[in-house]
Amino acid sequence: MNPVNYLYLAALLFTIGAAGVLIRRNAIVVFMCVELMLNACNLAFVTFSRMHGNLDGQIIAFFTMVVAAAEVVVGLAIIVSVFRSRHSASVDDASLMKL
Amino acid sequence: MTGLAAAASQTSTGEAFQFWVLGTVAVIGALSTVLMKKAVHSALSLAGTMIVLAVFYLANGAYFLGVVQIVVYTGAIMMLFLFVVMLVGVTAADSLKETLKGQRWLAAGCGIGFGVLLIAGIGNASLNSFNGLGTANAEHGGNIEGLASLIFTKYVFAFEITGALLITATVGAMVLTHRERTERAKTQREMSEERVRGKQLPPLPAPGVYARHNAVDIPGLLPDGTPSELTVMQTLRNRGQIRDVSNESLDQLKALEQRSEERLGRDNEDEEVAK
Repeated sequence: MNPVNYLYLAALLFTIGAAGVLIRRNAIVVFMCVELMLNACNLAFVTFSRMHGNLDGQIIAFFTMVVAAAEVVVGLAIIVSVFRSRHSASVDDASLMKL
Repeated sequence: MTGLAAAASQTSTGEAFQFWVLGTVAVIGALSTVLMKKAVHSALSLAGTMIVLAVFYLANGAYFLGVVQIVVYTGAIMMLFLFVVMLVGVTAADSLKETLKGQRWLAAGCGIGFGVLLIAGIGNASLNSFNGLGTANAEHGGNIEGLASLIFTKYVFAFEITGALLITATVGAMVLTHRERTERAKTQREMSEERVRGKQLPPLPAPGVYARHNAVDIPGLLPDGTPSELTVMQTLRNRGQIRDVSNESLDQLKALEQRSEERLGRDNEDEEVAK
């Protein structure tokens, strides 16, 4: 097996995550799909790091993880505060800026 | 497994087997993350996918990232997700009706097209050999040492900025979930007064006042003769199983008088007939 298969898997997971972001309405599930896409990117970075024989890809994956953690904290805080004011976690209901 | 050869084109059979088995699990987990109706199931599927990805990192020679993936992603982030799902999403069921007509099929079509583009792009790239991390890891004495030497030299500014980002995110989460108190806090006196208002403070009176009826379902009588519901226990009160016997003896007396009157009346009639 060639490590390129890891890249195919990463592409597949990224695609599934992107489709989930488009399909699902629940803000939490949308958020989980974004996390899935980030993880797929990390897998691609790690695989490229192995292919090219240097550690820079792993460093980028590490920074991606840190940014993802910060993003999750802020995003979930936003979801909780939206749920408090609107009693719904559906992205369809958050249409206050619509005319 | 980490590719000690300088430029190999094949991994070991064991790694290939691991890839096909765990890769299937990862794809199934990702699909059920998208397709599961309940947010809790989605979160658990995603946690499974992330654990599989951690194993893949380890297989790819990223030992530090594999452990960090388990600790940070499945340990912290997914538990935070589950916490918020428990707080928010369990009652808020995902509405299954489409608000935009045909949006789902369009989205699925877009996803498939995007995936085909990505995979075709990877397939067209000439990625037939790989170097492996053997030399890169060995340069500083190991994977973690190599990562550390890169983070604290080449990427030190990115590392510092990451710290600022984390602090900002922490403060942001606190600001976003903070709620101002809209009314004055209650004092201790007010709380204690509230606690005793409108309640029976001494022990409840006992049921039953008659020698013949002191069962628990018979209310005691107040001084004016009316039954008091307080003397019967809450359960029986709720079931409506209270027997009211306050008028029973009066009724019995009345019935006795009536019977004796009837008897006397009949006697009188008999006397009249005899006359």
